[in-house]
Amino acid sequence: MVPSTTHDFASAAPSSANADRRSAGRQASILQGTHSLGSISDKISDIVLQGPTGWWWPVAFTFSSALTLVFFGAIAYLFYKGVGIWGLNEPVVWAFDITNYVWWIAIAMSGTFISAALHLTRQAWGVSISRFAEAMTIFALAIAGMFPIIHLGRPWFFYWLAPYPNVMNLWPQWRSPLVWDFFAILAYLILSLMFWYLGLLPDLATLRDRASKRSSQIFYGILALGWRGEARHWYRRGSAHVLLAGMAVPLVVSVHSVVGLDFATGNTPGWHSTIFPPFFVAGAMFSGFAMAMTIAVLLRRAFDLNDFITEHHLDSLSKLILAMGLILAYSYLMEIFMAWYSADPYEIYTTLNRMRGPYAPVYWTLILCVVVIPQALWSSRVRHSPWLLFWISIAINIGMWLERFMLIVTSLHRDFLPSAWGMFYPTIWDWATLFGSIGFFAWLFLLFIRLLPLISMAEMRELLVHQQGAKA
Amino acid sequence: MNEGERFYGFLAEFPNATALLQAARAAHAAGYVRIDAYSPMHVEGLAEALGFVKDRISLLALLGGLVGGVSTYALQWYSVSSAYPLNVGGRTPVWPGLIPATFEMTILGAALAVFFGMLFADGLPRLNHPTFNVPDFALASRDGFFLCLPTLDSGVDTREARRFLEQLQPLKVMEITESDAQ
Repeated sequence: MVPSTTHDFASAAPSSANADRRSAGRQASILQGTHSLGSISDKISDIVLQGPTGWWWPVAFTFSSALTLVFFGAIAYLFYKGVGIWGLNEPVVWAFDITNYVWWIAIAMSGTFISAALHLTRQAWGVSISRFAEAMTIFALAIAGMFPIIHLGRPWFFYWLAPYPNVMNLWPQWRSPLVWDFFAILAYLILSLMFWYLGLLPDLATLRDRASKRSSQIFYGILALGWRGEARHWYRRGSAHVLLAGMAVPLVVSVHSVVGLDFATGNTPGWHSTIFPPFFVAGAMFSGFAMAMTIAVLLRRAFDLNDFITEHHLDSLSKLILAMGLILAYSYLMEIFMAWYSADPYEIYTTLNRMRGPYAPVYWTLILCVVVIPQALWSSRVRHSPWLLFWISIAINIGMWLERFMLIVTSLHRDFLPSAWGMFYPTIWDWATLFGSIGFFAWLFLLFIRLLPLISMAEMRELLVHQQGAKA
Repeated sequence: MNEGERFYGFLAEFPNATALLQAARAAHAAGYVRIDAYSPMHVEGLAEALGFVKDRISLLALLGGLVGGVSTYALQWYSVSSAYPLNVGGRTPVWPGLIPATFEMTILGAALAVFFGMLFADGLPRLNHPTFNVPDFALASRDGFFLCLPTLDSGVDTREARRFLEQLQPLKVMEITESDAQ
């Protein structure tokens, strides 16, 4: 057990004593209540070491475990039977599979981005949301990465994307965005994992030192790699953190640009557009911020984290969502304008078909969810009401899923030749894969909050010292 | 000290980061070279106070990025120019198509070099360390600030070191022992 000591932290500011008054006022709302270095560590690590209190965790875990089984069951049947179990066929050869892929990878984009960009710009409010945002990235990316593999007719050959010496003397097609995707996802997954682990190291050491059970001590002891909090180690960790953050930001943009190019390089009407890479990046940020909002509202409610995830955080996140939503709305307008301006009958037809064809309800629902509903965020009262924010963020993510569905399916189902037109209707296996993947994400996240600290204790301590130094 | 143990050095606990920073500066000025300072979070200026000049993590990032980028470009160039030239409709591969994979692998190479370079420079993973033998050291990851002054194999006089640490007004000075096997 750890002996407890009380120290005077009023003067515990190193060189931050010169932090200006203005930032003190701003930070006051980032960390609420009276906290000391010890109370921050206890409050956050107790969530892991004492276990979540209340009935909701076992219920949520059981429910998400069931959905996880549905997900893997659907994949097992898919591997046994083939992609014919889904509703896709000529001409709609991409449907729920690629929609799910783009949706999940978009959610994965913003976790590391939020954390890295806010770290680089020294935004103190990023501290308490970065850890679970990074976890969100890793889980969503792992799920996203499964979809391109399972949508292959022969998924056991997915490794053909990698260049390796083989008896067929074959090489990947380097000009294909699908090959770029492989490299982009690989780089992003590994970098995100390292970025996450780098942040976790000191917190794992705290858990190791505070754990009372032998098994937890060994578990966290091995994961902490023997981190001791030595001054030189902190210094190198700081350098590594800034460098990885600086690499993560352009990487995020490149990864989702490549996803946009998967479509833009095809000559299908509605896809063949240079606007796609930036348009996809904006959409990715938008849906990822919304998912971070969903999780933030739930976590602060579930674990009474109102001192750490304050209304200031939700307010700032809402403003980011609003800004990204406006960029996205502008992109929609531009798509329509470019279709008209191109004078290409196929482009014009595809655009009009989206608005009044057989999939028109999808189009108008997504416009409602993605363009209209987020405008409520202009109101300060909405931005300070967690449950309204929760439902808005859910609406945004439903809308963003429909957007990808609309982009993919409406372009494919009526292209150049009317004789080749057709419709797509999802089967039970399409739905099982979609909801199963959401359940699997929740399952991973529930395990994460049970096993790892969901807010960075080391960064919170630094924030506290800065705040008290500025007040003193 | 028990059988099979030997004396490693002293561990002094300080009330806060400022006190630790001052103590580290004083110890460095007094000529103690092998000193370590432990804190629950990054304390600005503490590493420098111990005589730490600069890390080479950014150089590692540059080297790792170069290795990742150059090797990926070279691999693709070899693939499209001699191993498997692919001519589709007269469109032979040109360099812009090779850039996305090169870019991704540049970043991955740099990131791997940063992460593993940092661990290597820190000497981690190292699950065992003499300081862990002091029960109070568990606070170093919560709210404790410690200065460690190893006397083993450093030619520092033990009594002199203890007197010096006590004059820095720590909360307390503890003795670190380690087993002979280490």
